[in-house]
Amino acid sequence: MDRIDHAASELREMDDLAALSSPIHSIHPLAKLIVTISYIILTVSFSKYDLSGLIVMLLYPVIIFSISGIPIKTCFYKLRIVLPLVCAVGLFNPFFDKAPLMSIGSIAVSGGVISMITLMLKGMFCLMASFILVATTTMDAICAALRKIRMPGMIVTLLLLTYRYISVMIDEVSVMATAYKLRAPGQKGVHYSAWGSFLGQLLLRSMDRAEEMYSSMQLRGFSGEFQYADVSPAKPKDYLYTVFAVGIFFLFRMINIATLFGGIALGGSL
Amino acid sequence: MIRFEHVSCEYEKGQTVLNDLSFEIQDGESVGLIGANGAGKSTLMKVLLGLLPYSGRILVDDLEVNKANLKEIRRKMGFVLQNSDNQMFMPTVFEDIMFAPLNYGMTREEAEKRTEDTLNELGLSNLKHRHNHKISGGEKKMAAIATVLAMDPGTLLMDEPTSALDPYNRRIVINTINKLNKTKIIASHDLDMILDTCRRVILLSNGSIAADDGAENVLTDQILLEKNRMELPLSYSHMKKQ
Repeated sequence: MDRIDHAASELREMDDLAALSSPIHSIHPLAKLIVTISYIILTVSFSKYDLSGLIVMLLYPVIIFSISGIPIKTCFYKLRIVLPLVCAVGLFNPFFDKAPLMSIGSIAVSGGVISMITLMLKGMFCLMASFILVATTTMDAICAALRKIRMPGMIVTLLLLTYRYISVMIDEVSVMATAYKLRAPGQKGVHYSAWGSFLGQLLLRSMDRAEEMYSSMQLRGFSGEFQYADVSPAKPKDYLYTVFAVGIFFLFRMINIATLFGGIALGGSL
Repeated sequence: MIRFEHVSCEYEKGQTVLNDLSFEIQDGESVGLIGANGAGKSTLMKVLLGLLPYSGRILVDDLEVNKANLKEIRRKMGFVLQNSDNQMFMPTVFEDIMFAPLNYGMTREEAEKRTEDTLNELGLSNLKHRHNHKISGGEKKMAAIATVLAMDPGTLLMDEPTSALDPYNRRIVINTINKLNKTKIIASHDLDMILDTCRRVILLSNGSIAADDGAENVLTDQILLEKNRMELPLSYSHMKKQ
């Protein structure tokens, strides 16, 4: 399959994942949104040297992946482009922060190395949590949840339409790239001399399609506000999930569980 | 009833696409709009729906097509686009069909009921939870028709409803059109389909009306059709050969 077609099908796979059925999928979108936001905020708030405290936050994505039935490798595969970028964020820390912070046997580990790993893990955990939200909730439901927490309608509509239009744009790129390839055999990618006209054409074609889609929406009564997915009232289990998950995150944030259990394992007491 | 009174439309100054059109379409009529590429078929539909500015007067059930009446007029008319991909923008067929009823103020329960009824009426219940990107071209065209019928419009406008369909799906679409008890305006180059579905034909040429008569009269007039860069419908030319 062509790389562009592959990208389009990958995007559509997210809709398929969100349409699966599991206990996590059935949780109210607002509950999942609140849990995800809380998780991200609390994960990011860990100190840059608190690696042992942070590592416990991995439990959330691991448990949710296993309950939702979404393979964790799917997450890493889909995030394969973003993850290296996130990991690159702290790459220079070891050069600036060379003071030894701990030692493993006879090897001294500098604060820069610890902060680099912490930053990488924070980024990775946040991406995994976001992926879980998108893979277990349809974009419509997420938008409905965002409206429930009073996110301005304009921003939410923009988010939803952007999500929808990405696939339209990929379709256009795919058609144009095929037409180009058929007339440029043996050439790898689009030659830089054609980038300008290629992008210009893409913009014009996308605008045409977007205009036609918008007309179709207008003709079916659209007046600027989407009627989002049916978000039924939250059930007791949704409240329970939110309170329990957020409570656990706070507990992990306040108490260094890894150190605590490590101490117990090594013969200490509570 | 739809009435065009001296309607003209130009995209850019001096580039006239519709030129002083006047005609009426009565309730329940099936009208085929034919003409060569660029004759003004799609433009005519777009001005009727208030998507393009025009001069003159267009009345839909005595309501003038203008900004103030647009909502009410669009409620009365359903437009099936040529490219169904542009018409189907929601994730699933069910959600797409429900889009219009929800926008027109139905409760979710009412909209779901309407959607179910529309799907059953067109025999598309199997598509209910299918994703739009996973259905075939023929299914997508039928689903696009369903998205419009769910609004229960009095008038149905269709732009090239049979383009890019295989013969089997084309026949399904034609049979569906024939079953619909509504005012129908169909723009197409598929003259056999027009012959099958329309009693009256308006032939456009360079934005003007070249002929407005019964379908058989227009579609069997070889001289008229060829003069306007068209040909006799295949079914008729075969009959003529025999």
